[in-house]
Amino acid sequence: MVSILIVSHSKKIADGTKELAEQMKQKDVEIRAVGGTAEGEIGTDPDAINAALEEINKEDGVIILADLGSAVMSVNMVMDWLDEDVRKRVVLADAPIVEGAVFAAVESGLGNSISDILSSIESLDIIKKN
Amino acid sequence: MTEKIKDIFIKISDVIIENKKYLTKLDSAIGDGDHGINMSRGFKKVKEKLSSNNYENNSDLVKTVAMTLISTIGGAAGPLYGTAFLNVSKVIPDSDFDIDSAIEIGESAVNGIQKRGKAEQGEKTMLDAIMPSVESLRESKEKGLELKDALEECKKTAEEGMNATMPMQATKGRASYLGERSKGHQDPGATSSYLIIKTVVDEIN
Repeated sequence: MVSILIVSHSKKIADGTKELAEQMKQKDVEIRAVGGTAEGEIGTDPDAINAALEEINKEDGVIILADLGSAVMSVNMVMDWLDEDVRKRVVLADAPIVEGAVFAAVESGLGNSISDILSSIESLDIIKKN
Repeated sequence: MTEKIKDIFIKISDVIIENKKYLTKLDSAIGDGDHGINMSRGFKKVKEKLSSNNYENNSDLVKTVAMTLISTIGGAAGPLYGTAFLNVSKVIPDSDFDIDSAIEIGESAVNGIQKRGKAEQGEKTMLDAIMPSVESLRESKEKGLELKDALEECKKTAEEGMNATMPMQATKGRASYLGERSKGHQDPGATSSYLIIKTVVDEIN
């Protein structure tokens, strides 16, 4: 199963998105949420991202959903710290954080691969409301 | 030499902490208003760490600065300045440095910031203060200027670069969401970069 890491500036957004995604997931999909600074304020904590990634990075890899600027930048930086072989199976998705996490949880639960999940959640259809 | 570099970073920390309100005010106009708070939190920790530890060489010292900023800033400035200083830690010499090492330090910082932020000059970011100042060092070298004069020129160019962000429209970061309305405000990132460059130059000269 592909694991899912949710990174937001806000702990509430990260935790809430995880909660939403977990309603849909099969039980062995690992989902982690990281939000806010180490002091609990709005922002990002690269050390927490790194720790969460280490915990859930198994053989099928990890899809990361992130919200804005420094969350994206911090994720990229942490990914650069990974060993080459580990780095290969970790992807930051070009997808909206909430829709992306929910769909990724469903698809991962169905046993789909990272590339299959990405092609679903990176599609523009995912954000269509009308 | 390592004591000197430590003093410079402690001075930078003091300057950033002193300017917490000013940087936050600039960021409130076009961003999320946390640049001063984040930077002063990061540099407070840097000051604490450096004051209570000894370092064998400049590289270890600057690496500590970088990792501390990455862990504590909490905004985009963390990965940006963190990666810049991480790069600097790889090239900073232990001997007295000359204009060539100043250029190498400047270029490595720019590379680090561009790697993370993917910005170019003219996008209303910290690079608008840093890139012209590194360019001025290269020009000063060609003109055969003494290090002291080259550094003064570098500081002056950084200040001009910071001022030049005022009319620019932001195309990177939170300020870019404002589009045209980002014009007419000095960029907080370029301002903190200028303050760092100014402090380094004033401490060396």
